[in-house]
Amino acid sequence: MALGRREFLKGAGTCVGGASAIALGFAPPKAFAQETRQYKLLRAKETRNNCTYCSVGCGLLMYSLGDGAKNAKPSIFHIEGDPDHPVSRGSLCPKGAGLVDFIHSDGRLHYPSYRAPGSNEWTRISWEEATDRIARLLKDDRDKNFIEKNDKGETVNRWLSTGMLASSAASNETGLLDFKFARSMGMLALDCQARLCHGPTVSALAPTLGRGAMTNNWVDIKNANVVLIMGGNPAEAHPVGFKWVMEAKIRNGAKVMVVDPRFNRSAAVADFYAPIRAGSDGAFLLGVINYLLTHDQIQHEYVRSYTNAPFVVREDFSFHEGLFSGYDAEKRSYDKSSWAYERDAQGYAVVDPTLQNPRCVINLLRQHAARYTPEVVTQLTGTPEKDFLHVCETLAATSAPDLTSTILFALGWTHHTNGTQIIRTAAMIQLLLGNVGMAGGGLNALRGHSNIQGYTDLGLLSLRLPGYMNLPKDSQQTLDNYMQAVVPHADEPGQVNYWHNTPKFFVSLMKTLWGEHATPTNNWGYDWLPKWDRSYDMLAYFEMMHQGKVNGYIAQGFNPLAAMPDKNRIRESLSKLRFLVTMDPLDTETSNFWQNEGTYNDVKPEDIQTEVFRLPASCFAEENGSIVNSARWLQWHFEGAKPPGDAWNDGHIIGTIFTKLRALYAKEGGAYPEPVLNMQWNYRDPEDPTPEEVAKEANGYALADIMDDKGKVVVRRGELLPDFAVMKDDGSTASFCWIFAGSWTQAGNQMARRDNTDTGLGTTPGWAWAWPANRRILYNRASLDVQGRPWDPKRQIIAWDGQRWGGADVPDYPVTSPPNSGVGPYIMHSEGVGLLFAGGDKLVDGPFPEHYEPTETPVLSSALGKTALRNPAARFYADEKPRMGDPAQYPYVATTYSITELFRHWTKHSRINAIMQPEQFVEIGDKLAGKLGINAGDMVRVSSHRGYIEAKAVVTKRLKRLSVMGKDLDQVGVPCHWGFKGAARKGYLANTLTPGIGDANSQTPEFKAFLVNVEKV
Amino acid sequence: MGMQSQDIIRRSATNGLTPLPQARSHEQEVAKLIDVSLCTGCKGCQVACSEWNDLRDEVGHNVGVYDNPANLTAETWTVIRFDEREDEAGKLEWLLRKEGCMHCAEPGCLKACPSPGAILQFANGIVDFQSDQCIGCGYCIAGCPFDVPRISQKDNHAYKCTLCSDRVAVGQEPACVKTCPTGAISFGSKAEMKDLAATRVEELQSRGHAGAGLYDPAGVGGTHVMYVLTHADQPSLYHRLPDNPHISPIVRGWKEWLKPVGALGFIATLAGAFVHYMGVGANTTDETPPPEPKSKQDNAEHDPNENGRDA
Repeated sequence: MALGRREFLKGAGTCVGGASAIALGFAPPKAFAQETRQYKLLRAKETRNNCTYCSVGCGLLMYSLGDGAKNAKPSIFHIEGDPDHPVSRGSLCPKGAGLVDFIHSDGRLHYPSYRAPGSNEWTRISWEEATDRIARLLKDDRDKNFIEKNDKGETVNRWLSTGMLASSAASNETGLLDFKFARSMGMLALDCQARLCHGPTVSALAPTLGRGAMTNNWVDIKNANVVLIMGGNPAEAHPVGFKWVMEAKIRNGAKVMVVDPRFNRSAAVADFYAPIRAGSDGAFLLGVINYLLTHDQIQHEYVRSYTNAPFVVREDFSFHEGLFSGYDAEKRSYDKSSWAYERDAQGYAVVDPTLQNPRCVINLLRQHAARYTPEVVTQLTGTPEKDFLHVCETLAATSAPDLTSTILFALGWTHHTNGTQIIRTAAMIQLLLGNVGMAGGGLNALRGHSNIQGYTDLGLLSLRLPGYMNLPKDSQQTLDNYMQAVVPHADEPGQVNYWHNTPKFFVSLMKTLWGEHATPTNNWGYDWLPKWDRSYDMLAYFEMMHQGKVNGYIAQGFNPLAAMPDKNRIRESLSKLRFLVTMDPLDTETSNFWQNEGTYNDVKPEDIQTEVFRLPASCFAEENGSIVNSARWLQWHFEGAKPPGDAWNDGHIIGTIFTKLRALYAKEGGAYPEPVLNMQWNYRDPEDPTPEEVAKEANGYALADIMDDKGKVVVRRGELLPDFAVMKDDGSTASFCWIFAGSWTQAGNQMARRDNTDTGLGTTPGWAWAWPANRRILYNRASLDVQGRPWDPKRQIIAWDGQRWGGADVPDYPVTSPPNSGVGPYIMHSEGVGLLFAGGDKLVDGPFPEHYEPTETPVLSSALGKTALRNPAARFYADEKPRMGDPAQYPYVATTYSITELFRHWTKHSRINAIMQPEQFVEIGDKLAGKLGINAGDMVRVSSHRGYIEAKAVVTKRLKRLSVMGKDLDQVGVPCHWGFKGAARKGYLANTLTPGIGDANSQTPEFKAFLVNVEKV
Repeated sequence: MGMQSQDIIRRSATNGLTPLPQARSHEQEVAKLIDVSLCTGCKGCQVACSEWNDLRDEVGHNVGVYDNPANLTAETWTVIRFDEREDEAGKLEWLLRKEGCMHCAEPGCLKACPSPGAILQFANGIVDFQSDQCIGCGYCIAGCPFDVPRISQKDNHAYKCTLCSDRVAVGQEPACVKTCPTGAISFGSKAEMKDLAATRVEELQSRGHAGAGLYDPAGVGGTHVMYVLTHADQPSLYHRLPDNPHISPIVRGWKEWLKPVGALGFIATLAGAFVHYMGVGANTTDETPPPEPKSKQDNAEHDPNENGRDA
């Protein structure tokens, strides 16, 4: 039809009207489309695992594509917390919550690659080529440089020109293989991340309490009345463990106090915050001891019965002007013979229970600590006196038997030349307050990496064996020499002195290492263990490397270029290697140390002749295995997907290289092949041992029927050991790590247990398995008096039923030793008590703690008067001296640390975490910023005598200007997370700034206090 | 009494002529309670939110503060706000607040939205954007008293927190709630969250925080995301949290007054035209014959607001 003007207008009007009507809402509602997003997990496969970052060990639920059917290839697409996990209860911190982006990071390696000497690029190689070549390089270097005998003609069987870093994020099963691999070849330079983090904790807590581990557990923190957070920042570094600090606060009315150079995230929710100069914690804590003793606010009965306070110290022990008796200034070390008890006719230590003898430990300690008056503490620390006294008073209140304080610390105490003694002071405070062994008490070392506790337990440290035994030194030429040196003599009659069992644990280890080759006639293969002359810790070894004495290095799950102090020097050291092997899920700075990254890594690749093998490893989500959290829980995890591309599990890599190396030795012979060939490696597939068979090996087997005292068979030949109590020193038991015995028994894998029943005070003995013997609070016998009555009935965790000890926790005590038996609760010590005075060889720098300044310090004359300013026993390489700065040039104190959003140098590879903190920054107090004309967001240069970094300035009120020794002092905060690889913006490795010197006892570097200058750029 | 079913009680730009299903109305409201006194600003909630919702924002810059991303975006639905404050006595506080959609009982976004069904409110209190229905006009931003919705630069649709309606729909708590390490975020029925808040406020007051209180602002009918504030007497200390949020008078004027009046005007015009047509008839022209008269009808009986849950 024809459309006229009128029809057109009418039609148009109708359309407009209709449209308007619809727009105004006259139209009938449409059938609603999907109102909510589809729930994405409905039938996805769910796999249980544990977070790979920190030592809280949070439970994970990993969801992967497909429902587990064989034909579906799982790919993990979502991870959230496991609500059944007793510690994490479904929570994950920003790092854990973002794990899916770590698994799928663009930085994941998919195939092996190779960098030729002088080359500027990676080339892809096959596994076969890589492992053949590495086995050949290892053998050639070992054959050339293996040392069978030292200059004195002693058998040492060590290989020093190649070293290995083992990964504390890998599983225990990988760790066991690492140990066998490295030690069979005679490597002494074997270390793990514990060297860079909690070395001092072990060095401090073992001599004080008996074991070098966190005393209590994460959930138990909720039982505290006072929480002192100092030398740690759990809200940032252990966010989910911090849950239980909040529980203590909310449900137990606990007072939470934070003492830290920065008002940090822990301080944000604390009741009280006090600032402190980085590097002065020892003075603060000795001041607390002085306060407790001068105000007589100690738990007297506990101190008298459960510490060595009444023990009498030799007359020739003394302390004068910062030095203990026996100091040799030339050697920078002590003759420790005077650091000992008076002995009676039987050779036992003299004890004066009345504490009247002026040489009693408690009286010497009182005298020693008396110099740390509040005025002196305030001058040294910069903490306002009223704040210091508030902390003293609050802690002192918990000397009441029914109140406890817990102390939470981490690397803020370990990363000092004086780290061990800082931690020991805190442990002594807890002994004086009667807080050790108590629910809600203790000294809680918050470990770093997810399995750093496990790698420490497994002895993956230069001079250690599994289970806190020591590797023999060259003067210990026979097994008898060794045992005489390491098995402690009884200091007091009737004590447990558990280390007297060392021969059983040692022989069981040797039977695991050498199998049938370990016999009584060859001292169980004693000669095959390398013997040391000195420590080959990371600082020492990189010094050797710098001198050109190291040819090969293996870095497994370790990024030493980023993690070690004085990055520029570390890079120089790596440049002197002939070959470097990295095994890592990620593309690390270390594997790319030869690449020019402009100002971030200014090198000429053509000048670096190191050949580098970059081997792609699986990550936590792609393997079965166990890791040990800070509370000593061994938790088993499961594979949720296969590694990407052509990546292999660590065990597969180690197994393949080792199998090839052995084949070469079998075929060609070479330097001292016996330990390489005799190492027991009887896995079904020697190139790829399964985690299950290795875990059982760590627990151990009976090699013959084991009988009890009455001749009854308690363990049959071939069965898994039920615990370490059945171990023998006659070769009839094998166990790699005695403290892990009980983790995988005839009853099955105890580490995979999931009964989260609370047996009281938050104890969950049915969840996973804890060493030793599934005890959840160490030294728990000390929670009761000598008669067996609890100091606080509300906190009773074990009880005597007339015949045995039992209760909510496993007693840390002989179960049949009745109350009043005189058996002390500190069963690892020959004295049976906690040690306020730690004599003998336990510590290199004094049986009492003393405050010493950091190597770089703004304090040039101490408030303590004439004294040794710096730790007189700290090792100091001559090469390092010119690398130290002075306060005239570098007037500010800097400290490095982690922030919540990022974990070390990994999470910058995880996109979601990179989004949360995309760019490197430093923190500067508002007063200093004002003085230097720096505004928030400006780019600043922070320099030390070793190098500089440039970063954005976060200007904050949270870093206070302090008054130290009468002068204003500003501090600078340097988070340690960015680098030139990853998803975050490129940045400088913060360890460019830090000094290469370590704690006197453990050689853990002084990352936490050094001098810098700051400029606006 | 379920809390997870997604029964719609309000729908943007939709009148009530055909009422929404209401039979299953015996449903509890849910709420998220954020206790700022327990928040450490860890950003676990930010990561869990992005991870669950498959969001990945740009890797940004540090601008001299901890806040990152620096603001809410279409791909960042919650951020922690960090504010340093020294009180009169010189005591330093680090005020940390998780910012995101408050899920108002009277949502300004929904009121302002002109696109039918682009914003829904469920009986359990969740206000959810149906971004595929969004026309990108940005009125929701103007309507929101908390400045929460964001228009994506990529697709020109608006986005914000869903309170994890997909998780709540199957009985789970939102991702941020589950992950929160310190227990600063809780989830439950609104009644229980108010009880919990009362306990927390009491505890905070006993610790000397006289100003502690619950933030559940009446100006928007209360919210399904509530705060326990240490300084509830000064909400604006927490990164400009509105002291008394309400829907902007312009949005109210437009939606509550102008729009019905406009509709009435429209109807009256239409009715007048019809009456005129019936009474006077069409103009005749040469081309077409005049129409036959028809029976009288009154469209005006349809008042757009009579049954309307929303104008």
